[in-house]
Amino acid sequence: MYLYSQFDEDFVRNRVAQFRGQVAKRLDGSLIEDEFKPLRLMNGLYLQLHAYMLRVAIPYGSLDSAKMRQLAMIADRWDKGYGHFTTRQNIQFNWPKLNDVPDILDALADVGMHAIQTSGNTIRNVTADHFAGAADDEIEDPRLVAELLRQWSTDHPEFQSLPRKFKIAVTGSPNDRAVVKAHDIGLRMIRNESGEPGFEVIVGGGLGRSPFIGKTMREFLPKADLLPYLEAILHIYNLHGRRDNKYKARIKILLHEEGLAIIREQVEAAFARIRPQFQTPSDELVADIARYFRKPDLPPRGTGSFEGLIAANPAFRSFTETNVANHTNPDYGIVTISLKPIGGTPGDATSDQMRVVADVAQRYGHDEIRVSHEQNLILPHVAKADIPAVYAALREAGLATANVGLISDIIACPGMDYCALATARSIPIAQEISTRFDELKLENDIGPLKIKISGCINACGHHHVGHIGILGLDRAGVENYQITLGGDGTETMSLGERAGPGFSAEDLIPALERLINTYLDLRQSRDETFLQTYRRLGTGPFKAALYPQTTEQEAA
Amino acid sequence: MTRKANHQVVTANHLLEGDAVWFTARQDWSRDIADAAVASHEEAAQALLNAASKQQDKVVGPYLAAAAIDANGNAAPAHFREAFRTRGPSNYFHGKQAAGA
Repeated sequence: MYLYSQFDEDFVRNRVAQFRGQVAKRLDGSLIEDEFKPLRLMNGLYLQLHAYMLRVAIPYGSLDSAKMRQLAMIADRWDKGYGHFTTRQNIQFNWPKLNDVPDILDALADVGMHAIQTSGNTIRNVTADHFAGAADDEIEDPRLVAELLRQWSTDHPEFQSLPRKFKIAVTGSPNDRAVVKAHDIGLRMIRNESGEPGFEVIVGGGLGRSPFIGKTMREFLPKADLLPYLEAILHIYNLHGRRDNKYKARIKILLHEEGLAIIREQVEAAFARIRPQFQTPSDELVADIARYFRKPDLPPRGTGSFEGLIAANPAFRSFTETNVANHTNPDYGIVTISLKPIGGTPGDATSDQMRVVADVAQRYGHDEIRVSHEQNLILPHVAKADIPAVYAALREAGLATANVGLISDIIACPGMDYCALATARSIPIAQEISTRFDELKLENDIGPLKIKISGCINACGHHHVGHIGILGLDRAGVENYQITLGGDGTETMSLGERAGPGFSAEDLIPALERLINTYLDLRQSRDETFLQTYRRLGTGPFKAALYPQTTEQEAA
Repeated sequence: MTRKANHQVVTANHLLEGDAVWFTARQDWSRDIADAAVASHEEAAQALLNAASKQQDKVVGPYLAAAAIDANGNAAPAHFREAFRTRGPSNYFHGKQAAGA
């Protein structure tokens, strides 16, 4: 876990003091909202439908027990006893009062946390593979790079007023668990012919109203060139990105309108200019940061009662099948804690649950916790011998739902239950889907399936890359849900295709049931996933399942 | 033939709590939409918004929202978004619905 230097500490404390003064000025009337709004957004404070919302940065989704306990304390003391983990690996508090926010920010600073650059037209919280440092397919831990990017981008004077927000994701593995192709910049660690690790630099991906799959700007970038190269990209974007239209301001539009070749040429020219004068972080600094991301010592532990319990307890077996992933060390596993209880709100955890996760991480997990962009929590290093005890503790706290990667492991944005931009609700749809397929007892039979729900076209719920995507819209004053099919957010990324007209909330669940039943009928074997079946057969049979009447009429 | 009345109310978020509030005929703010002053034509609506907009020390982002009139003759939400603002989220019993309980 990265620990703040004196510089970080002073910077964050100064910012809190500054914001405390700004809030006081807003409350005594010396600042009007037009003046205050950009200041509060710089500090992660939004105003939503029913209350303010504070978005707290969790750099590359890494937490320890002290941070998690502090988040629980904040939830109890200043909010309503829960928090919402987001697709940018952050946490949001939905009910803070304006005059409490400076105290909340101070409490965050006490554990080396803040809400800076979680909003506004800046470089946002850098996200990374949530299995970083533990995954058996990893080349190098991406968090070292993500931390360098955090330090480089925090308060970077040139990039505080970009045309629009800017999102960066890093994965250290060829298997992309960080959706890097849907980011303004996605960094995928690869090795060149001589075996040196470096990055494929992917630019101009994004979801939202104009979804694009990122394009490769550099096939292989040596690690040492990373910061000056990103500085060159941001520099060109800052110069040429559109500022006349908010909806055309992201780098994906610049790339689309100007073409990859032209932008690449400009970036490379800027890079050639910047590189010689760029103050690359010293080896000492990099080594200093690297020591925070050393793998914990993982002594051989055998597997204890792990295998025995798998054989004896079907519930535990199913937990290990879905929620435990391979660790580099065969005596260990990566445990995913599902924040998707059946019928619950995706990504929410109560303060009690946060404390249980903190306790378990401290006792069994080398004090490491991750937040995944899929809105779950991860214990990256758990000895298999300890997983039975971890499971028991999680189960008691309602945190042992064995559904990771299955139909009820849904990404959903807060939607119109909270968000001022939403055009429809997302959460109740997620709740209904998970409840219904649990009733049908089909979840395990259906197998790997990613449903992602957004409550407006800004696509915070990543619906474009859901195997089944759901987009909530307002159609003539009624909530209406469009379905997209065949999206994929991994290294084989594809954008979902819109299936046809939307459904009312009432008709949506039966439509999904028809869709799933069609998949179950058409798959070649239990091993063929929904996405594979869809890719093999195309939209035809699935559209027919969604719109049986239309299809009959066409046939008649 | 009379044109269908175009009822509108002014609503905003409370500066301190961020809670939804409505502008009343007494030129102050209520947490209950039933207390809202209703404008029935565009000119009255603009006048209401202008008056409300002078109170930015109390609220954030005042805007005009279409309204209906309920059986008691009070303002009521006309759109589902505005209806949610009178209640709170649907996943937890929080917000206005809880305050009324």
